[in-house]
Amino acid sequence: MKFSQEKLNKVNEIIARYPEGKQKSALIPLLHIAQEEFGGWLDVPVMDYVAELLHINPIEVYEVATFYTMFNMKPVGKYVLEVCQTGPCMLRGSDQIIDHIKNKLGIQAGETTPDGLFTLKPAECLGACGYAPMMQLGKFFKENLTIEKVDALIEDLKAAAKN
Amino acid sequence: MAVKLLLDKAHIEGIRYYDTWRKNGGYTAVEKALKMTPDEIVEEVKKSGLRGRGGAGFPTGMKWSFLAKPEGVPRHLVCNADESEPGTFKDRYLMEFIPHLLIEGLIISSFALGSSATYIYIRGEYAWIPDILEEAIAEAKANGWLGKNILGTGFDCEIYVQRGGGAYICGEETALIESLEGKRGNPRLKPPFPAVQGLWMRPTVVNNVETLAAVVPIINMGGEEYGKIGVGRSTGTKLISACGNINKPGVYEINFDLSVEEFIYSDEYCGGIPNGKRLKACIPGGSSVPIVPANLLFKTAKGETRYMNYESLSDGGFATGTMLGSGGFIVLDEDQCVVRHTMSLAHFYNHESCGQCSPCREGTGWMYKILKNIEYGKGKMSDIDLLWDIQRRIEGNTICPLGDAAAWPVAAAIRHFRDEFEWHVLNPEESQTRNYGIAHYADPREVVA
Ligand SMILES: Cc1cc2nc3c(=O)[nH]c(=O)nc-3n(C[C@H](O)[C@H](O)[C@H](O)COP(=O)(O)O)c2cc1C
Ligand code: SF4
Ligand code: FES
Repeated sequence: MKFSQEKLNKVNEIIARYPEGKQKSALIPLLHIAQEEFGGWLDVPVMDYVAELLHINPIEVYEVATFYTMFNMKPVGKYVLEVCQTGPCMLRGSDQIIDHIKNKLGIQAGETTPDGLFTLKPAECLGACGYAPMMQLGKFFKENLTIEKVDALIEDLKAAAKN
Repeated sequence: MAVKLLLDKAHIEGIRYYDTWRKNGGYTAVEKALKMTPDEIVEEVKKSGLRGRGGAGFPTGMKWSFLAKPEGVPRHLVCNADESEPGTFKDRYLMEFIPHLLIEGLIISSFALGSSATYIYIRGEYAWIPDILEEAIAEAKANGWLGKNILGTGFDCEIYVQRGGGAYICGEETALIESLEGKRGNPRLKPPFPAVQGLWMRPTVVNNVETLAAVVPIINMGGEEYGKIGVGRSTGTKLISACGNINKPGVYEINFDLSVEEFIYSDEYCGGIPNGKRLKACIPGGSSVPIVPANLLFKTAKGETRYMNYESLSDGGFATGTMLGSGGFIVLDEDQCVVRHTMSLAHFYNHESCGQCSPCREGTGWMYKILKNIEYGKGKMSDIDLLWDIQRRIEGNTICPLGDAAAWPVAAAIRHFRDEFEWHVLNPEESQTRNYGIAHYADPREVVA
């Protein structure tokens, strides 16, 4: 397991943002890149590789990776539906959206569908409270959700996965 | 007519890009500021009366003047773009749509504080915004506003964007600094304060996105003029992100003499409550500030009109008032259940506690469990007193203010809505099928429906 040359250049560019000897500051940005490159979650060998790149101990990587909610410590589906469940979203119907996804996909919070396509990951406030209910899907937000929009989204993703 | 200082250009097509920004008066503040001395800039910010827009409302100029300046030690400015307080989404708006306003503010502030490496720490979930910011930074650099020897002043400055990994606590400034150093977001014990030992133990100022953006109009118009806008110690303008049960959720720039009633009901702002429903309660400053029932929202306990500013919203203290906080304005209509909403927030704080102090780590978990029991019809009357007791033991007994932030919403909910908690306990079955309604704290306005 190794980053491509292009990613390694990015890694070096990130490390250069910090003073000499403070390369550990690049840890969280590197974990984001690693998670994206190596299958959507952080396996131990992946974290060890990041430790090696930054010349720090593997334990320093594990303790950080487990602290932050964006890093997955287990394999996840191809599409992770991170639906916000905090108060302001709840006021605008996030409970119904989460229930609908559970029923439609036959999974509980934190689970992945047997075909490996979808993981439901309830999230805490994502800074989109005015456009609630909402979910994060990869890099972007899907906002002002309705049951119909969720159905259409899931169909689109299933179709996209086939191609 | 309301004065706009931050969003005045937000409607202009293409304002995200440098050329449009510049054509519309962009970077004049940097030109002006770099002809001043750093101390003169700090003086203007002091005169403006600007208070931190991240939630605490601490005077920015004063904070800047605390920055230690030991010989030969680099200093840093860090922009807090972690924005994770439920109800708050205003910084996102600034960064997404008018990024150059923030970049301008950062250049001026970096110059004033002597920061040659300035970091924007942005919550990781805003994954597409770093691209927008980095594009704006590159444009600024290409036009000579960043880099080496800016405008021939001898001042060098780079701005870097760093994404977090998903943790509300990293909005707390010392947790943010730890995270920026590549560690878990555990808040530090203070003192030492960041102004003396912050990022990499160097003197550091951490300011909110909106605070740093406000430096631009302050320089353009002068601190004194800026200070004349507003009411009392609430100067300038404030971004409010409005959400919950309103017709027009979104980000609004308000003047501090706007009444809360007008903010909720005027078509210029929230546009009232959908379906002619009545107002039940409001959390005007992000989830950490006390919830207030409708009857204390438009008028203070003294019967005076309540306005959207620091002093008026906190009038009456925690007994009958609340706080402006981050400006995350959450509206609850008559169909909402205060117990359920409080339970949801308790879950949030329990989830987000970093776990360093036992009152916060354990207390937030207990509060969530007890609230869950009450909400699901398994509560006892004594649970309500127990909740009160737990929140009181958390408040003030922790390393960082997350403990207080978790305690206050629970305290305020019990203080104002105790009858609703009791009703849940006394009616375990009925409370599973309908909500309590609005009782005696009824909306003081006429019902529109
Ligand atoms: C738990 C917690 C979370 C916070 N989250 C944020 C945040 O997301 N954004 C922010 O600007 N300030 C946040 N703050 C406040 C910061 O600690 C700090 O006061 C602020 O960044 C100072 O900037 P200002 O003076 O410009 O407001 C938080 C504080 C606490 C205790
Ligand atoms: S109050 Fe809570 S979040 Fe803050 S340091 Fe203590 S345990 Fe961590
Ligand atoms: S509460 Fe869901 S995005 Fe803020």
